[in-house]
Amino acid sequence: MINKLKSKDLLGTKDLSPEEILLILNTAESMKEISSRDIKKVPALRGKTIINLFYESSTRTRTSFEIAGKRLSADVVNISVSTSSVAKGETLRDTAKNLEAMNPDAVVIRHSSSGASEYIAKILRCPVINAGDGAHEHPTQALLDLFTIREKKKELKGLKVSIIGDIAHSRVARSNIYAMNKMGMDVTVSGPSTLIPVDIEKIGVKVVNDVVKAIEGADVIIMLRIQLERQEKGLFPSIREYSRLFGLNTEKLKNAKEDVIIMHPGPMNRGVEISADVADGQYSLILDQVTNGVAVRMAVLHLLTGGA
Amino acid sequence: MNTRVMNADEVNRAITRIAHEVLEKNKGAHDLVIVGIRTRGVFIADRLAAKIKEIEGEAIPVGIIDITLYRDDIKSSPSKHIVKKTEIPFSITDKKVILVDDVLYTGRSIRAAIDGLIDFGRPANIQLAVLIDRGHRELPIRADFVGKNIPTSHDESVKVMLKEEDGVDKVTVISDQ
Repeated sequence: MINKLKSKDLLGTKDLSPEEILLILNTAESMKEISSRDIKKVPALRGKTIINLFYESSTRTRTSFEIAGKRLSADVVNISVSTSSVAKGETLRDTAKNLEAMNPDAVVIRHSSSGASEYIAKILRCPVINAGDGAHEHPTQALLDLFTIREKKKELKGLKVSIIGDIAHSRVARSNIYAMNKMGMDVTVSGPSTLIPVDIEKIGVKVVNDVVKAIEGADVIIMLRIQLERQEKGLFPSIREYSRLFGLNTEKLKNAKEDVIIMHPGPMNRGVEISADVADGQYSLILDQVTNGVAVRMAVLHLLTGGA
Repeated sequence: MNTRVMNADEVNRAITRIAHEVLEKNKGAHDLVIVGIRTRGVFIADRLAAKIKEIEGEAIPVGIIDITLYRDDIKSSPSKHIVKKTEIPFSITDKKVILVDDVLYTGRSIRAAIDGLIDFGRPANIQLAVLIDRGHRELPIRADFVGKNIPTSHDESVKVMLKEEDGVDKVTVISDQ
C-alpha cells in the first residue's frame, strides 16, 4: 500500500490513481474521529501556514478547509476577493508570487476560471489544492462524496451512480465522474440536453435524458445545483418547468431502489432541483457530506503538507 | 546476525507476569483502562486485558491510540506513516490508564501517546507497560512494567513479532554486522 501522493498538488481527480484515492479515503476515515472529540485538535501541522485564496464566494468549502486546517493545528489565513488587492487590479500571478514570499505551506484556491489552480501550482513551490476552478474540477468534493458513499455502502466497486442536473457547468460532476470511474463505479448523467455536453460519453458515462429512467436502479443519486443565471441564457425555459421535469421529489423517488442514497454538493435550491421533503428525508446524506468534508480535507492537507 | 531473545512461551509468561504486577500495584482492576499503541501495542493490550479478566474476573475497557498525528520524527523518517484510527470509546477521566507498547526505546512514541491521551481527558494517572525495554532514552520516560530488559546498541534493532500480525510470537535482536 502506498503512503503518499505522488504530486505536490491536488488539482483534480483526473490525475489521481485508484490507490491514491483509497489512501485519501482511508486517511480521512482516521481523521473523522478527531472531530468527535471534546478537544478537536491534533498537533500534526503545528507551525504550518495554510492560505485559503478564494476568488469566488463560498461558505461551505472555505469553512470546511479552515476547520480542517485548524483541527490539524495549522495557522489558516483566509483571503477573499472582495477585501483583497485583487479588487485593485492585481493579477493572479502577482498575488501568487506575493503570497509565496510569505512562505505558506499550502495554498487552497477557488477561482472562476478553469485551469487557475494549475497555473498557480506551476508558480508556487508549496502544495496547491484546487477548491474549485471554473467548470473544470473540484476534487475534494468528489472525494468527500466517495467517502460518504463508501461509509454507507461499504464498497464502491460496481455501484450505479446517477448525476442529475447541469452537467455542462459542473466541476463537481466532472471530478466525480473521473474519480468514480477509477473506483469501478458505473456513472450515468441526466438532465436537460442543453446542459449535457456533447461527447460526454467519451469520459466514461452513460447519458439518459429521462430523469425517471436515471433514478431507476441507481444506488446513488447526486443532484446538482441549477444555477439560476443559466435560465437567462435560455438553456432551459423556466425554473418551474425545470423543477417539474428534472427536479427530484417524492413522486419521482418512487421509482428508486429501496436503499438509494441522495446527495447534493450544496448550496441547494430547495423546491427547484430537489424538493424539501427529499432533501430532509431518510435517503438524504446531504449533511453527512458536510461532516465528511472536514475529514477528507484534513486527510488531503496532512498528506500534502505533513512531514514532507 | 539475528538472536532470538524470547519465544512464544516466554512472551506469554511475561504478559502474565505484567498482568499480576498491574493488579498488585493498583490493588485490583477497579478504575483501570488499557490503551495500546498501534500497531503491536494493541495486541499486547488485548492479551493483557484477557489475562486480567482471567485472574480478576473483571473486563477492562481496551482502547487503541494511533500516534502518527502526534509524532515529532516524521520529517526524518524516510517513509511517511499512514494515519490509522484512534479508538478510545470510553472516558479516561479519573481512570488509571495502562499505556501499552511493544518496545520502549527513545521514549518519543510514548511522549506522543501521552500527549494524545491527554486530549481525551484527564486520567488519574498513566502507567506504562512494555514487552521490551531496550534502553537509549532521549526523554525522561520510564516503564512501570517491563516484560524483559534487553540491553542493545544503537546499530541493533529489536523485532517483536506477534501472532495477530506476524503469525508467530517471537522477539529477536537484529544487528547489522
